[in-house]
Amino acid sequence: MHIIESGNVAAATGVKLSRAQVIAAYPITPQTPLTEKLSEFVESGEFEAEYIPVESEHSAMGVCIAASTAGARAFTATSANGLLYMSEQLHWAVGARLPLVMCVANRGIGAPWTVWNDQQDSMSQRDAGWIQLYANDHQQIIDTVIKAFLLAQTVSIPVMVCYDGYLLSHTYMPFDQPDQGDVDSFLPTFSPENFLNPEDPGNFNPVTLPDVRPGVDGKMEPGYIEIRHNLHHDLRSSIEVYGEIDSEYEEKFGRGGNPFIEKYKCEDAEFVAVCIGSLSYQLRDVIDIMRDSGTRVGVMGVQMYRPFPDEAIADALSGKKCVIVFEKALSYGNQGPLYGDIKSALYCSDDKPPIHNYILGLGGREIRTQHLLDALTDSCGSPETFGDTPRWIGLKL
Amino acid sequence: MWFPGNFRRHPPLDWAETLKKNIMEKKTTILNLTEEEFVHPGNRACSGCGLSIIYRIGLKALGRNTILVVPPSCLTVLQGLYPVASTQLPCVNVTFASTGAAATGVRGAMRALKKENVNVVAWAGDGGTADIGIQALSGACERGEDIIYICYDNEAYMNTGVQRSGTTPQGVLTTTTPIKGKLQEKKDVPAIIAAHGIGYVATASAAYPLDFYDKVKKATTLSGPRYIHVHTPCPPGWSFDSRYTIKVGKLAVKSGLFDLYEIENGEFKLTGESKRLVGKDKPPVNDYFNSQGRFKSLDEEMVKKVQAQVDAKWAGYDA
Repeated sequence: MHIIESGNVAAATGVKLSRAQVIAAYPITPQTPLTEKLSEFVESGEFEAEYIPVESEHSAMGVCIAASTAGARAFTATSANGLLYMSEQLHWAVGARLPLVMCVANRGIGAPWTVWNDQQDSMSQRDAGWIQLYANDHQQIIDTVIKAFLLAQTVSIPVMVCYDGYLLSHTYMPFDQPDQGDVDSFLPTFSPENFLNPEDPGNFNPVTLPDVRPGVDGKMEPGYIEIRHNLHHDLRSSIEVYGEIDSEYEEKFGRGGNPFIEKYKCEDAEFVAVCIGSLSYQLRDVIDIMRDSGTRVGVMGVQMYRPFPDEAIADALSGKKCVIVFEKALSYGNQGPLYGDIKSALYCSDDKPPIHNYILGLGGREIRTQHLLDALTDSCGSPETFGDTPRWIGLKL
Repeated sequence: MWFPGNFRRHPPLDWAETLKKNIMEKKTTILNLTEEEFVHPGNRACSGCGLSIIYRIGLKALGRNTILVVPPSCLTVLQGLYPVASTQLPCVNVTFASTGAAATGVRGAMRALKKENVNVVAWAGDGGTADIGIQALSGACERGEDIIYICYDNEAYMNTGVQRSGTTPQGVLTTTTPIKGKLQEKKDVPAIIAAHGIGYVATASAAYPLDFYDKVKKATTLSGPRYIHVHTPCPPGWSFDSRYTIKVGKLAVKSGLFDLYEIENGEFKLTGESKRLVGKDKPPVNDYFNSQGRFKSLDEEMVKKVQAQVDAKWAGYDA
């Protein structure tokens, strides 16, 4: 069924269709309408779940961690400083290998306060070990939430579904709302092997030692480093797993096929712009304008950022005349995080393209199409002249 | 560690009389305490650990159908190092500040999964309760979560090596109040929790484990947030010989410093040994101070001040 709703409602609908059992959330702009919608679903009786209005984001994740350990499907959502307030809990959820799903309506981080969109919040948490998926429009938000629950419980790793605050969270678009029956057959009930169970007790997340250690049965059990190694291994494997889940989804719902990167006019392109989130759709207009004047340029939106699908990205970008990375985040004192990751993915390529980095839109600064056109024209005109220093778009110093 | 000779001045309890009274009042006694154990013999606690006593007794009262939530604390260590555990009940270890939220989450999952008759029990230290964990605990109390929260109060951060906490009493030497002793008074956590208007708040002492047992047992029969604050002597942290845990704990109660009480549906009543002290002479608080090394920087003036506070408090009880 097609409906016209906001991105936050698309996310909330995805959570309801996924039959999350415990939801805990704390209000923060621009995530708030998502949790308001979920509380309305629950209070009206339309959605059978426990909605827990906690007193902080740290507690929101605390509730989800415990509920998931007890065997329930758990969900939360946040933005910006709320995500950072959870940071300790994010690492805990990963180490405990819990299949949580969290939406992040991307927003800039204070200080100074900003409520508007950029992607510094989720980018700053990229090394926590969560899987990070980014949606570019409302349809992708609802679809990605549903796929995220299956991915999370398949690999026992939590998944962050990120989308641009305001640009997607508060705008209205038509999207298809999958049928509950179809979602139920796609996403099986969460029934973990190990959970908090008085009939089969276990001590979850205990103190580990630097080395391996035998249990009471004499069997050697892993130390901290083995446990962390296995997490990394499973995260890398989750690239392939997500590819399979996306194919299944496409088969059932007719949408998908681009789990890692979404390409627009990249096949014959000499130049490729790369970015994350809704910006990749704005860039399509620029691509069309430049193609009209004969520049063979395309754009690629990165949809899975952690684990980083480096092979797919290297395949797509190797041999291009220039790769131009636009970012709404910065690893302060260095470069854009995506820029660094793309460079690293291309390091082993025989045909490394020059790579440019633009920083833009921080704290919601308007991204004017003319500015994007100027930047891309500039980069395509002189691919060899850039250094490693990111260039800023739209600065008024 | 020394122990002052004057400690023995006070007459011992009349055990026969107490036992008789307890049986009359349907209190648990050493004769009818359940035999089932949920803590394996041998754990990683220090010798003389007050927590070790109440953990064993508390789990007996809770019974098998219980899920525990534990933040970083001595209890994390007591429970053992992976892959060995000293507890026979399911337990989730959680981050320091999130105990109240995690207990909420377990209860939420129990409701969602239709497993209603499970005791969800958070068990945290004083730092994890009075300081870093108070926000999540306050949130859980305000929301009326159906959880039991047990705070074992050994009056400092013992697991990290005796740093001051919100519940460290005034004048106590810790590794972060090393010369003058703590300048501020002890935070009254049970009063703070009671101010949330929850149905059951109680205090207990590791020196009176059966009183604690009965309070935990009673808590399991109630619903909503239930809070039990347990005074828990710590031999290395308080500087006394490990064989005196019970004596030191009892002296805190008998001198009138730490009171055993229940606040049930807003009604305050002294219980156990504290109830028996009403209208009776008590040993001076200085006896308690002298029983441990941590109070050695207290001057006469401070001792007088504390004695006056205790006397004023008990004047109220006696009236």
